[in-house]
Amino acid sequence: MTVEHATRSSRIGVALIAVTLVILAFAPYWGDRQTLRLLAEIYTFVALASLWNLLAGYAGLVSVGQQAFVGLGGYLLFALAILVDVHPVAAILIAGPIGALVAIPVAALIFRLRGAYFAIGTWVVAEVFRLLASQISVLGGGSGISLPVAVVIAMAPSRQMREFETYWLALALTGIILGAIVALLRSRHGLALTAIRDNELAAQSNGIDVWRIKFIVYVLTAFGTAMIGALIFLQKLRISPDTAFNVNDWTAFVIFITVIGGIGRIEGPIIGTVIFFLLRQALADLGSLYLLMMGAVAIVVMLWAPKGIWGLIVERLGWQALPLQRRLIPEKEPRGKS
Amino acid sequence: MQWFNVILQGVLIGGLYAMFAAGLSLIFGVMRLVNIAHGDLIVLAAYVSLLVTQGLGVNPLTSLLLVVPVMAVIGYALQRGLLNRSLGDDLLPPLLVTFGLSIIIQNGLLELFTADSRKLQAGAIEIQTFQLAQGVWVGILPFIQFIVAVLAIAALQMLFYRTALGRAFRATSDDQAVAQLMGLDTRHVFAMAMALSLAVIAIAGVFLAVRANFDPAIGPARLIFGFEAVIIGGLGSMWGTLAGGIILGVSQAIGAQIDPGWQLLAGHIVFLAILAVRPQGLFPKVSG
Repeated sequence: MTVEHATRSSRIGVALIAVTLVILAFAPYWGDRQTLRLLAEIYTFVALASLWNLLAGYAGLVSVGQQAFVGLGGYLLFALAILVDVHPVAAILIAGPIGALVAIPVAALIFRLRGAYFAIGTWVVAEVFRLLASQISVLGGGSGISLPVAVVIAMAPSRQMREFETYWLALALTGIILGAIVALLRSRHGLALTAIRDNELAAQSNGIDVWRIKFIVYVLTAFGTAMIGALIFLQKLRISPDTAFNVNDWTAFVIFITVIGGIGRIEGPIIGTVIFFLLRQALADLGSLYLLMMGAVAIVVMLWAPKGIWGLIVERLGWQALPLQRRLIPEKEPRGKS
Repeated sequence: MQWFNVILQGVLIGGLYAMFAAGLSLIFGVMRLVNIAHGDLIVLAAYVSLLVTQGLGVNPLTSLLLVVPVMAVIGYALQRGLLNRSLGDDLLPPLLVTFGLSIIIQNGLLELFTADSRKLQAGAIEIQTFQLAQGVWVGILPFIQFIVAVLAIAALQMLFYRTALGRAFRATSDDQAVAQLMGLDTRHVFAMAMALSLAVIAIAGVFLAVRANFDPAIGPARLIFGFEAVIIGGLGSMWGTLAGGIILGVSQAIGAQIDPGWQLLAGHIVFLAILAVRPQGLFPKVSG
């Protein structure tokens, strides 16, 4: 017997994704500034939602405090660039491991809280980070700070080149994060994670060290989230404790995206982000009413279509866009390989 | 004497935090639901009181006679209409539904009342003080608020252990399926628990709004205070929430005395320290 990951739809899916990636990589040649900015923002949300999905959808760690790591990444970018004179791109790369390092003691502490209390625990941690950030006066304290012009110019001499650079950076980083998540899910740990997603107790009784897997996922997610956080604030060029550790921007929207798209499925956050941005473009003028509707839609989806839009598609049509499923192929079947 | 005053102020505000915590602890105890919208419901109660005081021209404390039943009815309806559907083996749906609810309440209030900060005016009682001991003056209002908090928690404790409804709460908490077999309608029991939780929230919300300015965005911070008090006090213990609230209030007061920027941080740090040293809280009753 042999295990096969790919299905016909996933082969088509992978081919389509590859074509889309090439088209997107050349966006600076066909899109205007507005389009590039929007696309880059979309990428960061795809990445944040995919990371949250890994955490909540697979590992069952429902965090409402991921803004802790977005903000941490952002502040690391500013601290490294302003205080230590590190190149912003290098700062983004350094933000990842530091984020993971910070996540270790945080996880050790908040993993003592179970289930829903864990969620609020993560929020407390984010609040602590926010309050600490507003105490750092060299980074502007409570009112925040802009990235100095010298640092920005050091990235690339012309504004256009700089915008191209951040665009490609966003695309590449999101691509790498998605690739890493797919690789993780296809690995041995991924099988364990999928088992935990489906039934934690059964997974444990099959010898999976649930605590350890969850710990690893939490730390890895912090790694990715901190890098994306640094990238987001490189796009914004300005940071303050309230924007960096904003629960609406970095958690509520991300949860909305994942729930609408389909939680516990790798494709969910991507679909969800597209829908989120379409809704935002159409309804942003409504202000707080728009947020109100978003909350209502999330509740409706959670109660009546808990697997989200991608979940409905999978149930009805059996599609999968990425080769993640495992199917046993008996030896005798002609398609079976050794 | 200055430090004694600081600690006393902390204890008094701790009563308010205990009321935030009691409602949270109650519904967690009965149905294992953590209500992310808890803080926003506290703020909602403050706005309901604002409407009542403006509409009828009564004192905020008098408005409680109306705000408490209104909030209780909202709680009952919310549980029957929405939250009962989300309950099950999976903890994700209730969490996300109450998270969505939190966003709806916040933005609904923003739409109706704008982001301006408001305050309830309780009249002369707000500035009256009395001498508790030589050189120790206590505001009447904070004192009343603390006494009300103690009474509310005592009442909840009584209700839990002395009444038929309390027995139903405990039975459902212990084993939902068996409680159902014994003829309890758990949907009704849950809705009653939520109604009770929101009744406590109503009292807390009005006192909060008399004490300080409020606006639609301050809910989440109240949720966090209540949550911290629950965990510090120990899950499932009503008197524990009072102790937790007081510890949180005193920590914040001491933090604020050292540096105004440290008020909230001091509370969070004490919470995290207790989580590190004694994760089951100081007076635990049930394991989560």
